[in-house]
Amino acid sequence: MTTTATRVELTRNAAGRLVPISVNGKDQRPYQGANQDDPQGYKAAPPIRSCTQYPENGDKRVPDLETALRQCGLRNGMVISSHHHLRDGDRVAVMALEAAGRLGARDLMWFPSASFPSQSAVVDLMEKGVVHHIEGSMNGPLGDYTSQGKMRGVGVLRSHGGRWQAIQDGEVHIDIAVIAAPTADPFGNADGSHGKSACGSLGFALADSMYADRVIVVTDNLAPFPCVPWQIQGNSVDYVVEVDSIGDPAKIVSGTTQITRSPDRLRIAEFVARFLRDAGIMRNGFSFQAGAGGIALAFVDYLRRMMREDGVKARFVRGGSTRYLVEMLQEGLTDYILDGQTFDLDGVRSIAADPRHVATSPFTSYNFHGKGNFASLVNAVVLGATEVDVNFNANVVTHSDGRLLHGIGGWQNCLFAGCSILAVPSFRDRIPVIVDEVTTITGTGEMIDVIATERGIAINPRRQDLLEAVKGSKLPIRPIQDIKAEVEKICGGKPVRPRFTERPVAIVKWVDGSVLDTVWQLA
Amino acid sequence: MSGLAKAEIAHRGEAGHWGNEVRSDAHVAFELRAEGGVEIGLESRVAAYYGENILAQARQVLAGLAVRDGHVAIHDEGALPFVIAARIEAAVRRGGLGQGRRALPEPVPLPPPVARDRLRRSRLYLPGGEPKYFINAGLHTPDAIILDLEDSVHPAEKDAARILARNALRSVDFAGAERTVRINQLPLGLADLEEVIPEQPDTVLIPKTERAQQVIEVDRTIAELKQQHHISRPIWLMPILESALGIENAFAVAAASPNVAAITIGLEDYTADLGVVKTPEGAESLYARTRLVNAARAAGVQAIDSVYGDVADMDGLRLWGQKSRALGFEGMGCVHPLQIAAVHQAFAPTLAEIEKAQKIVAAFEEAQRRGLGVVSLGSKMIDPPVVQRALKLVKRAKDMGVIQ
Repeated sequence: MTTTATRVELTRNAAGRLVPISVNGKDQRPYQGANQDDPQGYKAAPPIRSCTQYPENGDKRVPDLETALRQCGLRNGMVISSHHHLRDGDRVAVMALEAAGRLGARDLMWFPSASFPSQSAVVDLMEKGVVHHIEGSMNGPLGDYTSQGKMRGVGVLRSHGGRWQAIQDGEVHIDIAVIAAPTADPFGNADGSHGKSACGSLGFALADSMYADRVIVVTDNLAPFPCVPWQIQGNSVDYVVEVDSIGDPAKIVSGTTQITRSPDRLRIAEFVARFLRDAGIMRNGFSFQAGAGGIALAFVDYLRRMMREDGVKARFVRGGSTRYLVEMLQEGLTDYILDGQTFDLDGVRSIAADPRHVATSPFTSYNFHGKGNFASLVNAVVLGATEVDVNFNANVVTHSDGRLLHGIGGWQNCLFAGCSILAVPSFRDRIPVIVDEVTTITGTGEMIDVIATERGIAINPRRQDLLEAVKGSKLPIRPIQDIKAEVEKICGGKPVRPRFTERPVAIVKWVDGSVLDTVWQLA
Repeated sequence: MSGLAKAEIAHRGEAGHWGNEVRSDAHVAFELRAEGGVEIGLESRVAAYYGENILAQARQVLAGLAVRDGHVAIHDEGALPFVIAARIEAAVRRGGLGQGRRALPEPVPLPPPVARDRLRRSRLYLPGGEPKYFINAGLHTPDAIILDLEDSVHPAEKDAARILARNALRSVDFAGAERTVRINQLPLGLADLEEVIPEQPDTVLIPKTERAQQVIEVDRTIAELKQQHHISRPIWLMPILESALGIENAFAVAAASPNVAAITIGLEDYTADLGVVKTPEGAESLYARTRLVNAARAAGVQAIDSVYGDVADMDGLRLWGQKSRALGFEGMGCVHPLQIAAVHQAFAPTLAEIEKAQKIVAAFEEAQRRGLGVVSLGSKMIDPPVVQRALKLVKRAKDMGVIQ
């Protein structure tokens, strides 16, 4: 069904959401269901180059980013990509876009693997016309700018796996990839585990290095050839630029990751750990993934205590690695860490020194258009959400007031784990998290199995096996409707839903490249 | 009350808190006007979701307080309805209006009354001026929660805190925890009682108790208020002994009223009164604590220990709790929800104790069945008090969920 009520042509997808059929001049496929995917054709490919076009001595250095961008043939309307392994400490993405602006480039599309509040200078670049729009996460000030409808194009939000899929399938063609590298050699081999700006894995930049027309490596720690180990192959790299600093080390990794002291959040974390134990998921040879948020860290702490008590060992854990995972590795509670990104100093030290701590990429872990991926091999994953509804749909990108707030990260990809658990407070201050219908669907109830709150655990009725497995457990297993009703009573009724205009400001892609939902301009 | 007198002249009042660091509270500024009806200004972190709801509630509360003309400015930081109502009422009362009226929030069902000898292993202190801690306090399964109107509340905030505590008793589901209030010393405590007794707390903690007379006075006031508000269920008393004199009079205090369910000790004030340093080992208070246990037993009430103040030191807490149980205490205070599980563990009988008690109980039942007057276990004869203690221990272990 299509509607002509608005200027943008919309269609209702399988999740029941109205989505545009065309975005930024490109046709879109509406979401058909979580696993209703039948890709055709061949992967995209970068242009063929010859080694004769590159210095025989392997020294690809140029004096600065401007030179590199000019020699890459920077033109108006190009797609410039960057990665977010330096997190809120990153200086390179803004440095590159500003350099492009100084060279007179206009209407660029910025294609980061994620954005951070420290990159709010991109708002100015959008105001000046240097950047046309962003396809990537839009956090903080960038999210507000987008939600208010000030961005010229429509934002496109993709998961980490979805970003790989989009690059690989040719949905996004990267003209110039700018890769910040904590260590690199003049040939372009690069790695994240060493150097003053060490960040651990560089996996998010891998697709960019393989598929972009041109690749620039920017480093503040130039090593003589060979840079060992290398996660980015110099054979894909056009130019190497040396700078004083690629980022603020204090913001790249946190010195120590702290477990929450909030008793409510600890209660949720303990519930999740007990759930894994009582449901029989925690058993010898199992695997799990948890992020670096307060609840997730506390969950890992509870789980490892239970593993010790029961004498259980994991085969692997997936990071976001932190001190807690590293300690589990060292204690022998897991054989391996398969690490997508490295959150703290202990993680960075471990990945550099311990061969059982392995850097992975979205290709190995998340890519939906590959011959399998690690995400579906993981037994259980613990994630967060801004909202969850009674149909087990969840939102991670917008706030309940409709503002664009977060990127998707690996969240959608992780939902393919054997048991996907959202660990969330049932309300924040007076804002219910368990609602009738989420503002923006980022993952559907087809994929979400368990909601753990401080007021009890709700299991998706689709998962009768899990309901059966925890029979006899002392855990407070409750229907999600009950928890929602209790929260509404506490908060004094149902919250008013946000008001929007009929103009899409961003779309949310599912892992297969189809459009799952629309983020609308705030009224 | 000179403060109140001043407020009456000014006809302005403020209550509550706001700012970036504040969560789940609201600040309300009220100003009486001669005419023009009620005008409400609202700035709220949750305006997008509950703005209209808050305005409607504010109008309702003001009507309940018979405020017809005035300006109310609300800065809301995500306060729940029972908090918003309390802050508006406190501001209006400080502005000299609304005397003798109450603007009560939506109630939750009143939980059943508690038994005099119920489990009192843990009691979680909730500062009376910090509403953000109230709503989930019961989830952490303390045996009791204490809405504290005394030491955690600044003298200038007593009036606002007692309204907040009253609304919390009425509107917060404490998930089966004993709902207790620590009132202020008399005579200030009398005003606390007037405010909170209509909402039927299970138990009232009487601070700085030194003489039976203090207990009798509180007991009598509660009895009057109960009659006035047609309350028939019991409201228990837990006097807190916090001085050398209080300890000397422990038995008289414990026996002052049949409504006394337990007595407890406040070690900060007690050690200060003695002029000694409070140590983690607690040797300086050993006499007072054992004396209190003995007085409690003699009067047939529970002996409850003080708090362990170092939240970070869980091992110290466990050790304190185990020693405390060994002395004869049945529970202690908690200053953080994380202490509750450790305290419950410390006050639970050990498996060896339970096993022994179960054997004695089995022998007792066997003797009953066979009509024997003497209970024996193997070659040993068991005295009746030992049987009684074993019966009690097994019952407690069941109550605590240690055994089925």
